[in-house]
Amino acid sequence: MASLVGSRVERKEDKRLLTGKGRYTADINISNQTYAVFVRSPHARAKIKKIDISKALKAMGVVEILTGAEIATDKIGGLIAGWAIRSEDGSEMKVPANPPLAKDSVNFVGEPIAVVFAESLDEAKAAADLVNVDYKVLKGVINTAEAMKGETIHDGIEKNLCYDWLLGDRKAVEEAFAKADKIIKVDLINNRCIPNAMEPRACVVDYNTASEEITLYTTSQNPHLSRLIMSAFGGVAPENKLRVVAPDVGGGFGSKINVYNEEIVCSWASKKIERPIKWVAERTESFLTDTHGRDHVTHAELAVTNEGKFLAFKNETIANLGAYARVFGTVTPTYLFGPCATGVYIIPAAYTNVKAVYTNTAPVDAYRGAGRPEATYTIERLVEKAAMELGIDRTEIRMKNFPTEFPFKQTLVHTVDSGDYVAGLQKAKQMSDYAGFDARRKKSEANGKLRGIGVSSYFEACGIAPSAVVMSLGCGVGLWESSEVRFNPTGQVSVFTGAHSHGQGHDTTFAQIAADELGVGLEAVDVVHGDTDKGTFGMGTYGSRSLAVGGIAIVNACRKIVAKGKRVAAKMLEVSEDEIDFKDGEFIVSKSNKKKTIGEVAFACYLPGSRDSDFKSPLPEGEEPGLIESSFFDPANFSFPAGSHIAEVEIDPETGEVKVEKYTAVDDFGRIVNPLVVEGQVHGGIAQGIGQALHENTVYDETGQLITASYMDYTMPRADNFPDFNLGFTCTHATSNPLGVKGCGEAGAIASPPTIMNAVIDALGGQEITMPATAEKVWKACKVLKKKNAKAA
Amino acid sequence: MKTFNYHAPKDIKKASKLASTSSAFLAGGMTSIPSMKLGLATYKDIIDIKHIKKLSGIKVSGKSVTIGSTTKHAEVASSKDVQKVIPSLAKLAGGIGDAQVRNRGTVGGSIANNDPSACYPSACMALNAIIHTNNRKIEASKFFKGMFETALKKGELIEAVEFKIPEKSNYQKHPNPASRYAIVGVYIAKYKKEVNVAVTGAKSSVYIDKDLSKALSNSFSSKAIEGMELNSSEMNTDIHASGDFRASLVVTYTKKAVEAC
Ligand SMILES: Cc1cc2nc3c(=O)[nH]c(=O)nc-3n(C[C@H](O)[C@H](O)[C@H](O)COP(=O)(O)OP(=O)(O)OC[C@H]3O[C@@H](n4cnc5c(N)ncnc54)[C@H](O)[C@@H]3O)c2cc1C
Repeated sequence: MASLVGSRVERKEDKRLLTGKGRYTADINISNQTYAVFVRSPHARAKIKKIDISKALKAMGVVEILTGAEIATDKIGGLIAGWAIRSEDGSEMKVPANPPLAKDSVNFVGEPIAVVFAESLDEAKAAADLVNVDYKVLKGVINTAEAMKGETIHDGIEKNLCYDWLLGDRKAVEEAFAKADKIIKVDLINNRCIPNAMEPRACVVDYNTASEEITLYTTSQNPHLSRLIMSAFGGVAPENKLRVVAPDVGGGFGSKINVYNEEIVCSWASKKIERPIKWVAERTESFLTDTHGRDHVTHAELAVTNEGKFLAFKNETIANLGAYARVFGTVTPTYLFGPCATGVYIIPAAYTNVKAVYTNTAPVDAYRGAGRPEATYTIERLVEKAAMELGIDRTEIRMKNFPTEFPFKQTLVHTVDSGDYVAGLQKAKQMSDYAGFDARRKKSEANGKLRGIGVSSYFEACGIAPSAVVMSLGCGVGLWESSEVRFNPTGQVSVFTGAHSHGQGHDTTFAQIAADELGVGLEAVDVVHGDTDKGTFGMGTYGSRSLAVGGIAIVNACRKIVAKGKRVAAKMLEVSEDEIDFKDGEFIVSKSNKKKTIGEVAFACYLPGSRDSDFKSPLPEGEEPGLIESSFFDPANFSFPAGSHIAEVEIDPETGEVKVEKYTAVDDFGRIVNPLVVEGQVHGGIAQGIGQALHENTVYDETGQLITASYMDYTMPRADNFPDFNLGFTCTHATSNPLGVKGCGEAGAIASPPTIMNAVIDALGGQEITMPATAEKVWKACKVLKKKNAKAA
Repeated sequence: MKTFNYHAPKDIKKASKLASTSSAFLAGGMTSIPSMKLGLATYKDIIDIKHIKKLSGIKVSGKSVTIGSTTKHAEVASSKDVQKVIPSLAKLAGGIGDAQVRNRGTVGGSIANNDPSACYPSACMALNAIIHTNNRKIEASKFFKGMFETALKKGELIEAVEFKIPEKSNYQKHPNPASRYAIVGVYIAKYKKEVNVAVTGAKSSVYIDKDLSKALSNSFSSKAIEGMELNSSEMNTDIHASGDFRASLVVTYTKKAVEAC
């Protein structure tokens, strides 16, 4: 039987999703449901003096209106920061309370204050307009770089500083800097992005008055984790009385990791009003209140020798957390950022210092890549600038500093188990015809255009797990993943996973893995996810962890099935276990060629007896009936995908438009389960990264109003913004899991922003501009360049 | 969205009769429906004019192209007739928004709305268009009054737009990267005795740039306007482009348009 792992199996889920048969949260309706509309703060920062709901309560169709006062009375907990980070001085981070409905003060535009439940959506909206909130408007703190100088947003949190964190050795760095031939410096802004999942957030809550069980249908990347948080911290219901279902979910990109205000409020309220509740975000609500991504201001320096050897690296970053610290909000700019900031290089001394600040803007949390794009942007801008300043070819300087022996003990935290960075960059050079660039540049110049080339080599730590490691770094939970595999009596297999698919294609790739392990056809395997009532437990999908952690739990559960099957087959075939081989779904006695298929064995496990066999069970002594196994997998290490991307851009100096002409990506994701799915992930990631580099501009005005709160102003990249992506792969297996796989979901978004910006800056003759490189910025830089060139001539 | 009465008259007379101070015509709905959803506009009666056959279609005579008001952008873009006699008009229609917008949005809706960054108003101005309504004919130069403002009276219905066929013409736009409306759109049309350079997106409403038009009337070549600098003080400034950038883009795209003729 040919192996399914490694083949381009078309996505099983696509037929359903592309023909409109997906079942999303907003598609779910429960009879007698009420409709929720939230009253939200129009101000970035204000004290709430009074909330008057009397008029609204009398409006047509209103069932109930609840505010922060009831939340407090019922002792419903607030939203949480999932990771505890310590400052350099040893003190604990400072986290403000974040009640699901703001009671005394509001801290960003869109923060919910009250909720109206009515018989229809129109009635709920009309009544929400009648809720009268009396505010004392205060001056907001908006700008990341200035946040520490602004008024104190949260009582007792001085300088709006959550923590002042250090990773690395300042002294060693200063010593190395003193010996350097040259110091390369960059000042960077990693622009805030709004994730913009295609499906807005939504929830539908069904409270069963008899069993007192709450069922929450919601747009989540991690239903089990949501249940845990809502139960343990929200106090909404005990875990056994709370079922969280995340059905089809239309994209998350990190923004659907958090348990949000609306889910907590609607779950709590459903029990209170004893009615089902439906809430669906409007697009503007998504813009305003989904967690945003990135938003760093960085000063970084690289100490180098004249020959281009890297000596030391320093990184001083201010990270904007927004108004509140959320689930991955505090770890994203620290442990997901700092350790990767030295990139794919041997840099003997390094440190990263991050000051995380609160501002009166939407909370910032993990966004595809979470910390690693920011890290890669920092080091790759520095490296490219170093090459330029030292007059060394940009690929040569990288090769000079790549480690060539693995495991590679990286300067700050990670021990990278496997990789071949030289092979990746060489392949990218060859695929992109790096050598032919000068000729292409001349051709562009002849047409009055500027052409630039940019390279970025990255590695990242993903497959977010080792529980022992992440918990030692401050994570509030263990990040293992689990699976249960049920081999049914009649031969089909149900694979339950704690990972969640919201675009990743698990229905297909996980089925490929299980089918291979069990030797059954792909069609016999169903992957079940997204429901706390189905399957064991799970931490969900983010940090490119589904395959490298969740997929391995499936492998291990399947192997337990095969192990039991072997014991049963041995009994059935009347041989000892070690005489049996398992191959392609058959248990074969090597000597006699007698065999039982796994289907026959499964059948026997459930029906252990027969009229003809005189009370003889096919099950060995002490073996339980049934064929169901589960596994919890907690890997020994992260997985470390890596690669090199090369882009070429062409700029029209008169209009400032940047066209991405060529994009080549060579990635090492270890063993690839399904190239089609992986290519899709890489395409999406690159598109998102190019979006950040060239298009996506999140603008708050000085009063904290989000100017880019609709698609009329927030630029989502579109297909015509991209060339065909030229993808290649190299392969070194991960050693931390039995499949040798590494994560692939975020790599594109990690590598592409610096690749593109390096190319743009190259085209602009080394002039630095900030992301996104929009037409006007580029046009201005072109004018400067023209003047400079005129002077030189 | 607030509730309203929906009417779908089959002829112009009925539509006119239904019109009142609290009604609105519904064409493609690309602008009117979002503004109703956002609560920016509320009406008692919505008069859907898409079922009036007479309002849709493209007619070419010796001197002009007349496009019915409910003709969709996609229809204009793919019309062989328009492509033959005023190819730039087909190109303009084919570059509006995205496929969904082009399959619903109409020329009548576009000019009635007179969005400062819409494309069609510049075509009307450059191509000396005449706007035919249910009770008069209005020259384009007297039709566009200001931001979202036109010469239309309450309840007045655009039946068709008549564009004069030029010798040469071209439309160039610098799209808003998010919405794909025009940050700056330049429509140039060369007639026997004059050249019109109509600009959209740059100011509060579409206008004819007199200096560019004059320079090109004298000599129809991009050299004629090389290095020209426009006054940016009245130009729009927003997060996508400053007035200075817009001023420069107007000249740049005018050159591109001349070169493409
Ligand atoms: C995302 C997006 C991108 C767009 N990009 C562009 C672009 O690049 N360039 C561009 O030019 N436009 C653009 N548009 C506008 C679009 O092309 C439509 O022309 C515009 O939205 C209005 O046309 P409509 O037919 O949908 O009119 P509607 O929305 O139905 O009506 C708009 C207004 O015109 C009135 N009206 C409609 N028809 C008549 C009539 N016959 N007589 C009198 N009044 C009438 C209505 O009452 C209403 O007040 C874009 C729109 C969107 C949503």
